[in-house]
Amino acid sequence: MGRYSLKIKKMEKPKVAFFSFTCCEGCQLVVLSLEDELPELLKHIDIVNFREAMTDKSDDYEIAFIEGSISKKEEERKLKKIRERAKTLVSLGACSAIGGINCLKNKFPVAKIKKDIYGKNAGRLRLLDTLPVRPIDSIVRVDHYIHGCPIPKKEFLSVLTSLLLKKTPVIPDHPVCVDCKIAGNICVFEKGMTCMGPVTRAGCDAICVTYGCICWGCRGLVDDPNINSHRETLERYSLDTDSILKKFDLYGGCKAGRNPGAS
Amino acid sequence: MKKKELHIRVHEVTRVEGHGNILIDMHKGRVKEVWLQITEPPRFFEAMLVGRRYDEAQHIMSRICGICAVSHTCASLKAVESAMGIKISRQALLLRRLAFCAEVIQSHILHIFFLVLPDCLGVGSIVPLMDSHPGVARDGLELKKLANEICSIVAGRHIHPISLYPGGVAHTPKETELKRIREALKNSFARLDRTLELMIKLPVPELDKPREFISLKAKGEYAIYGGEPFSSKKYHLKTETYTKNIKEYIVYHSAAKHAKTKKGTFMVGALARINNNFKQLNPRAKNALKRARLKPPANNPFLNNMAQLIECFNMAEDAVRIIDRLLADGVKNEPLGRPTTFGRGIGIVEAPRGTLYHEYHINRDGVVDKAVCIIPTAQNLRSIEADLKHLVPMIIDKSKEEIRKTIEMLVRAYDPCISCSTHYMDVRFV
Repeated sequence: MGRYSLKIKKMEKPKVAFFSFTCCEGCQLVVLSLEDELPELLKHIDIVNFREAMTDKSDDYEIAFIEGSISKKEEERKLKKIRERAKTLVSLGACSAIGGINCLKNKFPVAKIKKDIYGKNAGRLRLLDTLPVRPIDSIVRVDHYIHGCPIPKKEFLSVLTSLLLKKTPVIPDHPVCVDCKIAGNICVFEKGMTCMGPVTRAGCDAICVTYGCICWGCRGLVDDPNINSHRETLERYSLDTDSILKKFDLYGGCKAGRNPGAS
Repeated sequence: MKKKELHIRVHEVTRVEGHGNILIDMHKGRVKEVWLQITEPPRFFEAMLVGRRYDEAQHIMSRICGICAVSHTCASLKAVESAMGIKISRQALLLRRLAFCAEVIQSHILHIFFLVLPDCLGVGSIVPLMDSHPGVARDGLELKKLANEICSIVAGRHIHPISLYPGGVAHTPKETELKRIREALKNSFARLDRTLELMIKLPVPELDKPREFISLKAKGEYAIYGGEPFSSKKYHLKTETYTKNIKEYIVYHSAAKHAKTKKGTFMVGALARINNNFKQLNPRAKNALKRARLKPPANNPFLNNMAQLIECFNMAEDAVRIIDRLLADGVKNEPLGRPTTFGRGIGIVEAPRGTLYHEYHINRDGVVDKAVCIIPTAQNLRSIEADLKHLVPMIIDKSKEEIRKTIEMLVRAYDPCISCSTHYMDVRFV
């Protein structure tokens, strides 16, 4: 009986770790800003690694949340180690899932921008040696994705709850336009602006449009995006090819290669 | 016997924003090297912005940092608006300042409760704090939540604000929402008072080293969103020539640049602001300053934590006043200001960690040709290293563990934001 209860206890409280690579750490902060849910959440999980908020570090964990994209050799090595240790690996936010805004860097010759920003001696600065930015699934297998820049609280909680209940998390595969209609927003195209909503994965409640802006495409493309049709729409709203490409590249720069229509 | 040799390496300092290491090398009783290694990979935001439209700048630059997203957004907007002659309304300015107050509170509370207090109360994070000091943890979480709520009402969310847009604010909060947060702000002072009582009792390590403090200074208000840069050495640095006075340079152990003035090492942040502008603090903040026995000019960087708490009082009072003004005027939907020209523009704000500078060159197509950012943490790195050099010989007779803890506390007191400065931290003994 003793052994049985021990097993149940272990199953009830999985060890969870958070890791951060190249990014602004905003997605970790979203987790820290679950002020109402945090005390309850901690009854069900053991957070064993969270450098931004904890001193203790442990290499024993079942679920690993990965924030940030990969832009250094060391990061690549560390990520592979995490994959070996974790049973479940979850990508946390746009930078890790699709490369995010970091991908804009890949458009420039790194040697030149190093010189532009850090001066003529930058070449000697070893810490500045970076690789082209990549999403984490170009290096390791990713089990689940939480999208967005930053992640929505709601989606993090629903994915974590599913994992605790041993269910497969469900991530929406319809465009932001659907969320936007549900939110009761006026279409941004009606307001004389252009947006990425028709091809972008929903799940954000179209918050950017609700708060007066446009969809920037931070959650990446839906699984089967009608890119040609969206390109035509943007052309109709008098965007030139360069501006259209830039709209797709803001968040989709790293994934563009896999969606030939986007480039 | 006095220790002559000491090699300390703190690998990935925890409870700071970003990745960094501390390296200290002592030889024959003298500190040979103190390095704060910033190992966070550089992200080259200044280059990312080149070729993008002016109305994408605030969206991209906000992503420099998750903690001070509102500051980066506002500095970016101010730079774009000054370059393109865009006017914003009084209501838009008040709403931006309200979001800014909330960000300063949110950032300071996160630093005090999540990063500093666990050290002082002998636990590793806020998680055990919830069991050992449930009241303290609750105060921290509630204050942070309130700050988040204010940002949500004004800008959609705190981490990467949405509605702050060139020409104004693209969303108008409801009066009922403003009234609700006004009530919550009024009730937050009791929590701040309790936090102050707690922090007054905590021992503060001594480190009285005179230094230059730089912050914005404005007429008639405690400068956060507006004003001109000012030095505690009693000279003004003009906005237009900030880069002439603050020289950035690269060091080989850091992916973040360092900075100095003509007078050498300087410090920015909450302590610098309090030292330069304490006369303009609101009544409750002034009272807190007195209770904390913090007498400006205070030179001890460890007091930065206390300065942050005093600023929380001040920002909460400011926020209440801003809401009163908004309600008195009546909030209404407003059109955004439009560009009228193009050229060079500079935006300077006081981010929670100090003076933040964005400068853009925007061409006639409304596209960014060049961007320069000077980040608070980069300005503080030289000062942190100088303080470590000063501090280590003073505590050299203590145990390795205590030395490690004290130097980590010093670095943390500066509240460095390493993601920002690489536009990182770790302590390891070698």
